[in-house]
Amino acid sequence: MIRVRLPYHLRNLAKVGSEVELEVEGPVTSRAVLDALEARYPVLRGTIRDHVTLERRAFLRYFACQQDLSLEPMDAPLPDEVAAGDEPFIVLGAIAGG
Amino acid sequence: MAGVRVLVGTHKGAFILTSDEKRKDWQIDGPHFGGWDIYHLKGSQADPNRIYASQQSDWFGQVVHRSDDGGKTWETVGNELSYKGDTGTHLWYDDTPHPWEFKRIWHLEPSLTDPDHVYAGVEDAAIFETRDAGATWQELPGLRQHGTGQHWMPGAGGLCLHTIILDPTDSKRIYIAISAAGAFRTDDGGTNWKAINQGLRSEYIPDPNAEVGHCVHHVAMHPDKPGVLFMQKHWDVMRSDDGGDNWYEISGNLPTDFGFVVDVHAHEPETVYVVPIKSDSEHFPPDGKLRVYRSRTGGNEWEELAKGLPEKDCYHNVLRDAMSVDSLDSCGVYFGTTGGQVYASADSGDNWKAIASDLPRIYSVEAQTLP
Repeated sequence: MIRVRLPYHLRNLAKVGSEVELEVEGPVTSRAVLDALEARYPVLRGTIRDHVTLERRAFLRYFACQQDLSLEPMDAPLPDEVAAGDEPFIVLGAIAGG
Repeated sequence: MAGVRVLVGTHKGAFILTSDEKRKDWQIDGPHFGGWDIYHLKGSQADPNRIYASQQSDWFGQVVHRSDDGGKTWETVGNELSYKGDTGTHLWYDDTPHPWEFKRIWHLEPSLTDPDHVYAGVEDAAIFETRDAGATWQELPGLRQHGTGQHWMPGAGGLCLHTIILDPTDSKRIYIAISAAGAFRTDDGGTNWKAINQGLRSEYIPDPNAEVGHCVHHVAMHPDKPGVLFMQKHWDVMRSDDGGDNWYEISGNLPTDFGFVVDVHAHEPETVYVVPIKSDSEHFPPDGKLRVYRSRTGGNEWEELAKGLPEKDCYHNVLRDAMSVDSLDSCGVYFGTTGGQVYASADSGDNWKAIASDLPRIYSVEAQTLP
């Protein structure tokens, strides 16, 4: 089971708690996790990555195991700890005021 | 019992203000979607409990919500608004070509007859529609692909399509306005569009007959006179008596003809409201006095409406979609400021009072008259 931690506003939008758990088929990659997340919570489509290009929205980053994975290839394997469910895959909103 | 519901979109969420037909006591409900930019909410004329909301964030992009119970509960609907076909380019601020990029919905305009049918005006400028209550959205690409599209340039607020007006006597006729391209009209339901900017004069455009490039801030129409349009341009208050084919200035004795909002009395098609703003360099009321100006003659002759409005030290703006009227007798007039106040008049503008004082920066105000 893959754990995903979402920022506050997306938790509210999807009506979930601080973390969600997902079944991911095949290799555990950023793309696979986000595909599974959007399949389970369609209201999140377009809020993390573009509908068409699937590019990450500019003010969001992907983290896991103290690493910034935002610029890693979407099909690169995520850390073993994420695949094992020991650590969450974190979608993080850039910190900015206003 | 009849009443009024005022839908307020702000920088940090949506608020719903309600009152009975006396419009003396108001309840404020919200924030809905706290923390999100709510550019616009609007209810369906065919079903007042059907409300659509444009929710946007620089972090999470565009989200659209629909309520079927007057704003008590909301359902997230479709948010995929993809330009149709070759997106092409418009002009950027530095005069270079810039590809069309979707940023947000500025305005939602429900059909006058079908609660499931809604138009959306977006940035970068285009018009979309849904016919399934928001589940899916399709562009009406004829507007963006208007022959002048490659010459459209954004105003300071972006290349936004901010105004959509539906002709109640002709379902095929729609007016829209884009900052800073100008006004356009379709007579065939959105396939073909005509630039309707003849008579507009903009000092920053060398060509006095330029077909596009005019910074139109807002346009209003009375449903009993659908061919008569009132426009608050960047500078100048304008009027057209022929569906936008020709415009003439009606600024008259206004203290300044810069501003953003314009609206028409619900029962008097020749009674028009504007809120003069000092200038495009100083977006606040002249002398710090917040004033609505009303013309009962369709323009040119304006009277100052001041009772109940700040007499001094008011330095807020009133943004383009932040004025609305109800259709009770006497007509209610409402507007919201960038300082978070909603002012209301239950007597056509003679007297005003703040019905909300400390909301976030207000983007839009829409009044619904409830049966």
